[in-house]
Amino acid sequence: MTDVALDKAKPILREPGAWDRLKVNRNWLSIWFMLPAAAFLILFLAYPLGLGVWISFTDARIGRGGEFVGLENYEWLWDDSVFWLSVFNTLLYTIVASIVKFAVGLYLAVLLNENLPFKAMLRAVVLIPFIVPTVLSAIAFWWLYDSQFSIISWSLRKTGLIATNIDFLGDVWNARWSVIFANIWRGVPFVAITLLAGLQTVSPSLYEAATIDGANRWQMFRHVTYPLLTPIIAVVMTFSVLFTFTDFQLIWVLTRGGPVNATQLMATLSYQRAILGGHLGEGAAISTAMIPFLLASILISWFGLQRRKWQQGESND
Amino acid sequence: MTTFTRRTLVKGGTLAAAASALTGPALLEWAKAWAQSAPWKPEKNAQLSMLRWKYFVQSEDDAFVKLIEAFTQATGVKVNISRESYEDVQPKASVTANTGAGPDLFWGLYSLPHLFPQKCVDVSDVADYLGKKYGGWVPSAVQYGKSGNKWIAVPVCYSGNLMNYRIEASKKAGFSEFPKTTDEFIAYAKAMKAQGTPGGMALGHASGDGNGWIYWCLWAHGGNHVDKGDKVTINSPETEKALNFAKALYAEMIPGTASWNDAFNNKAFLANEISWTNNGISIYVAANRDPNLKKIAEDMNHAYMPIGPIGKPTELHLMYPVLAMTHTKFPQACKALMAFMMESDQFNPWIGAAQGYLTHCLNAYDSNPVWTADPKRTVYRDVAKRSLTAGGQGSVGEKAAAAIADFVLLDMFASYCTGREDAKAAMRIAERQLQRIYR
Repeated sequence: MTDVALDKAKPILREPGAWDRLKVNRNWLSIWFMLPAAAFLILFLAYPLGLGVWISFTDARIGRGGEFVGLENYEWLWDDSVFWLSVFNTLLYTIVASIVKFAVGLYLAVLLNENLPFKAMLRAVVLIPFIVPTVLSAIAFWWLYDSQFSIISWSLRKTGLIATNIDFLGDVWNARWSVIFANIWRGVPFVAITLLAGLQTVSPSLYEAATIDGANRWQMFRHVTYPLLTPIIAVVMTFSVLFTFTDFQLIWVLTRGGPVNATQLMATLSYQRAILGGHLGEGAAISTAMIPFLLASILISWFGLQRRKWQQGESND
Repeated sequence: MTTFTRRTLVKGGTLAAAASALTGPALLEWAKAWAQSAPWKPEKNAQLSMLRWKYFVQSEDDAFVKLIEAFTQATGVKVNISRESYEDVQPKASVTANTGAGPDLFWGLYSLPHLFPQKCVDVSDVADYLGKKYGGWVPSAVQYGKSGNKWIAVPVCYSGNLMNYRIEASKKAGFSEFPKTTDEFIAYAKAMKAQGTPGGMALGHASGDGNGWIYWCLWAHGGNHVDKGDKVTINSPETEKALNFAKALYAEMIPGTASWNDAFNNKAFLANEISWTNNGISIYVAANRDPNLKKIAEDMNHAYMPIGPIGKPTELHLMYPVLAMTHTKFPQACKALMAFMMESDQFNPWIGAAQGYLTHCLNAYDSNPVWTADPKRTVYRDVAKRSLTAGGQGSVGEKAAAAIADFVLLDMFASYCTGREDAKAAMRIAERQLQRIYR
């Protein structure tokens, strides 16, 4: 009798099935947790990118799908002086603007990290160019650079420094430097504030130790601040280069790529050919041609600036 | 009480209506009668959305809103109007054509419908009806409106691009009227600059004014970017002559025109910085509206573009066609609206409200009083008749639209005028670009 009762109370143990094992499998669960993010990335990033690359191999025009034409669009671009001019302009624009933005941004960040009077207010003021909508600041620059009504020309004329108005946007090189300056003005706050955030994570004890070792201010910057800032520099400069390389609004409002395509960037040329000119295939080819440049800049940032092992959680050699 | 039949409407819709535009309740009565007799019956519960170019003259838009309200009251079809700068209509229309979602009607620029002719509703019945009723279409409007034998858009109006000049300064320079030939034009520009009253025309990426004058210049000297068979012919001695003329003219302009877009010459003229330019009538309208600028309005006039060596007018004016997209659920309502807009009782007051900024392309509307009430507007009456199309000798299809949108010719002129390229290189680059587009 007792045995019978004990037999009944004994839980029925069965071998866990495949499904049971799967339910507690961490890898299986993690797939499900990652699925929404993956779906989002595939739908909104990978698919448009893939579609863009595919369109670049077709003769698609607005309103009708294209036939596959292989490398024809790229062959035409290879022999297209306006395209190569846009590549040159884009590289010049990106390299000059990024270097200056980094230099000025870093300088401002170091300055704002000091104990200055009205520090909080100064930091807020530095952000202003970044929070003004691009189109509005571009329109402001449009007036500043106007060939007839520029206040810069007017002031210089009134002070007797120049006799005639400066042709900011009508001369090829003036136009290039003018749009680069406008981009720098807009981009510096982003670099400065992000680097400032990085600077504030540097422990004061490191500076104290360096001071005890007899380091001067430059040596402290070179051997303490800069190495500790490199991870954030890598991130901020990657973003800065990407934003500059793909800039569109500023150029479109200021010059529309003129004069004589002197400020035509790959992004604006792609828009002009694809949307205004109706040649979607060719516009997509120009956009696709931007990918290698963008990849190269990302790789330089990550492998160049983040080569230290300790930054990736390992000890330095 | 008047009984409106198709016949009475046809009769009543002629020139007399120009002088006796209907307003208020009378307009509504007329609209209701029109809706009953019109060949196009809007679908049940139809609603339309239209994207149109943003007005330059407020009174034009006010009149257009009234016109649309009358249509809604008469037919029950609600029309939602959105407005974009005329350069931005094309990208939006293009995206709509590609995705099949967006406004039912687009009212844009030049050869917009030819960018996606297969996405436009066939409106041949509307165009034929209007053409027969109102004295026929001007030749360039037929080219813009038709793709093959089919009308893919209704050409609504033109915006003239003619010479605007200051009267006193011109007289002082020895010109009692604006030059009629290109040779005189150079002499005029020199004399005007010499006395400190230079002019200027846009050489930047200015879709309207920039393209307007450089196409005129090219054609005036016998140049053409393509021939009748759409074969690229830009690299020619005639083009070189046109380039040389433009460079000589550019030397006499105010500095900075290489950066000008469409707005620059307006503000420079109104600020007394320039004394001649090519433009619509908007400078004159703006000067008339502002008491501080009244003196400029009194001292300015308009003239046709000078005739070049080929001896006939070679002007290019902005054309505004309206098209209905094939994705619309209400094609009959679209057609009804297009026809309604163009009927004399609607069109005459509307075009009058535009104060000369817009010009009809149906011959019967020549007698609208807007052209004679102020003699300074009269030259704009003829722009539709004088206009060539953006395709030049070739077709007005998507290739011509791409060439003008891509600023191929404008950049050719700008690169030579600014000294960036010599004439041969500028033509070669443009030739290459055109071969790409016309391949």
